[in-house]
Amino acid sequence: MATFYAQNVLGGLAYGSLLFLIAAGFTLIFGLMRIVNIAQTAFFLIGVYVGLMLLNHGVPFWVAVPIAGAAVAVLGLLIYRVLHPYHADELTSLLLTIGFTLMLEDAALAVWGGDPQSVPPPPALAFSVQLGTLVFPSYWLAMIGISLLIAAALFFVERRTTLGAVIRAGVDDEEMIRGLGIDVDRAFFIVFAIGAFLAGAGGLLGGPITGAYPGLDGELLPLAFAVIIIGGIGSLEGAYIGSLLIGLVGTFGKALFPQLSYFTIFVPVAAIMALRPQGLLGKKR
Amino acid sequence: MARVMRYVVTAAVVAVLAMGTGPAARGLAAGATPLKIGLLAPTTGVAAAPGHDMINGWKLWWAQHSTTVAGTAIDTTYYDTGSNPNQALTQARRAVEQDHVNLLIGPYLANEGLAVAPYAEEHQVPLFLPTVSADDLTQRKASQYVIKVAGWSSSQTTHPAGGWAYDKGYRKTVTIGDEYAFAYESVGGFAQTFTEKGGKVTKQLWVPLGTTDFSPYLSQVTAEHPDVVFVCVVGADAVHFLQQWTSFGLKAKVPLLVQETVTDQSSIRTLPPEDVVGIIAFSHYAEGRDDPATQRFIANYANAYHALPSYMAAGFFTAAEWIQLALEQVHGDVADQQAFLNAVRTVSVPDSPFGPQRLDPYGAPVENVYVRQVQRTPARYAGDAKTWNVVLKTYPGVSQFWTYNPAQYLKQPVYSNTFQGIAK
Repeated sequence: MATFYAQNVLGGLAYGSLLFLIAAGFTLIFGLMRIVNIAQTAFFLIGVYVGLMLLNHGVPFWVAVPIAGAAVAVLGLLIYRVLHPYHADELTSLLLTIGFTLMLEDAALAVWGGDPQSVPPPPALAFSVQLGTLVFPSYWLAMIGISLLIAAALFFVERRTTLGAVIRAGVDDEEMIRGLGIDVDRAFFIVFAIGAFLAGAGGLLGGPITGAYPGLDGELLPLAFAVIIIGGIGSLEGAYIGSLLIGLVGTFGKALFPQLSYFTIFVPVAAIMALRPQGLLGKKR
Repeated sequence: MARVMRYVVTAAVVAVLAMGTGPAARGLAAGATPLKIGLLAPTTGVAAAPGHDMINGWKLWWAQHSTTVAGTAIDTTYYDTGSNPNQALTQARRAVEQDHVNLLIGPYLANEGLAVAPYAEEHQVPLFLPTVSADDLTQRKASQYVIKVAGWSSSQTTHPAGGWAYDKGYRKTVTIGDEYAFAYESVGGFAQTFTEKGGKVTKQLWVPLGTTDFSPYLSQVTAEHPDVVFVCVVGADAVHFLQQWTSFGLKAKVPLLVQETVTDQSSIRTLPPEDVVGIIAFSHYAEGRDDPATQRFIANYANAYHALPSYMAAGFFTAAEWIQLALEQVHGDVADQQAFLNAVRTVSVPDSPFGPQRLDPYGAPVENVYVRQVQRTPARYAGDAKTWNVVLKTYPGVSQFWTYNPAQYLKQPVYSNTFQGIAK
């Protein structure tokens, strides 16, 4: 029984850590720019495919991660150019990102085909660890650490740098900081680039767990939504806590009540919506 | 005047269109007119890869054989179902009502097939199903127009699995299946024959389609300590399952039996051999079967497409041969639809890549079921695939009713998540 709980705690944390790589960019872009970027999980999908292509050409895993991120960031910024004039209009920008999602999905299908692909973990982490009776893939454990490092780096930028101050102020009151003469558009640009980079790099980082196949982005999107609703829009800490919570609740839901697996994820979402609509760490608007 | 003319022209167009969809246009065309075939396959959406395999198999046969059979030209049009039952139905309508095809073949997904089948029956257009395996289409809802030409039924391959597992000495099993009809039927076939022999099913796990994280389910398998695990998942789920079955340490500990989709070429193509070698599946197709017909087919396929063929490719390749044989039998005369369909039902294909195939009175094939195992490919296919499936044992001429009396068998409901045929 101890094995059962240990495996599900670790599995939930690993899957939650993976979700954070998507949700971090999602919550920053949403919080600052009021753009619901549906294409965020499509960025993740493109990241897996680009990363896999690099691995197949012999590029080492840890080199391929930032390249995949950069490639997706460039793609994201091209999309941002189209999106930017409409960012104040929530519905138009939402519909635009849905359109881009469909285009990215079909482009991925045309370029990489539809066979489900598996992504090999880096060779140093391609083994499983044995802890008593529990066998657990080492890469899943590493995922927890990787995500924590990325979260720490993002918290540092948000708390201790000028850019971070602009982002925090922008989430609270965009008009006021515009009034103070701060170049908010530049912050938008950088945040969108960071969000796309995280999703792209996260694609390859998460690839050994998720694989790459048409429809992967659609599987992840509702989970990313659940994370930011729980965590609170625009809050990085909220996104981190929300990710781990959704990972754990989802995993234990499937393990204990397999017939209700989707339901168990959205129970906390419904509870948060009813009791604390701004999310655990979100600010009241 | 111009207005009157326009009215007349419009009326004429409407009349022609209406006649075109009338009874005269239905059924098979007369005389030397071509046999127009509408091939429904998903080339976009989640099932795009199998869709391409289907088309590749079909084209391979016609690249090797003349498309004029006994004086009748065969004219194929391809329709994209988009992996979506609504679009499959729309495309079937387009094929029948606008393009006047005489015959539909495809689609791929069970839900696409279930959407198209009633339409085909209503419009009396034959629908051939080389990949859609839904049990009831040739059982409780059998129709003279819906025929599993070169196809199979979901529980046909898993009925033998139950007895095989019991004879191996396994007594306690846990099953894992995707949460939809195909897996309910596949797992049900195994559960029924396994428990009728005296085995116990201690837990059945149904996972949502599109599951990436199997670890919570695997933790339950470990907790149950089964003698054997039976699994039926499809597509990307199969890839995730196989990877995690190995990395969570179960491959070394628990014997695994699977429905053939799990270790089909379309799933094992991208996986490293250490994740899949040794896994045993129950199937109507095995690309590594040591038989001249199978080996000729896969050599030609590998040559043309640089991959080993999945069962979808083999199904459409064989369906093409089947249609050719039936056309020869009626001397190319497709004007008499019933005569042509009778020929399709009575033809037997002695040396298809699947082995010998013929149809039972319900329109489902009677064919071999293989116990097959994943092994590394021999050197000649090393560039096309890492692993393939070789035959350990053959059950010859298996019916969709296994050894049951059809009339008796049809009295029990179709397998579902609430009915698994488990003997108490």
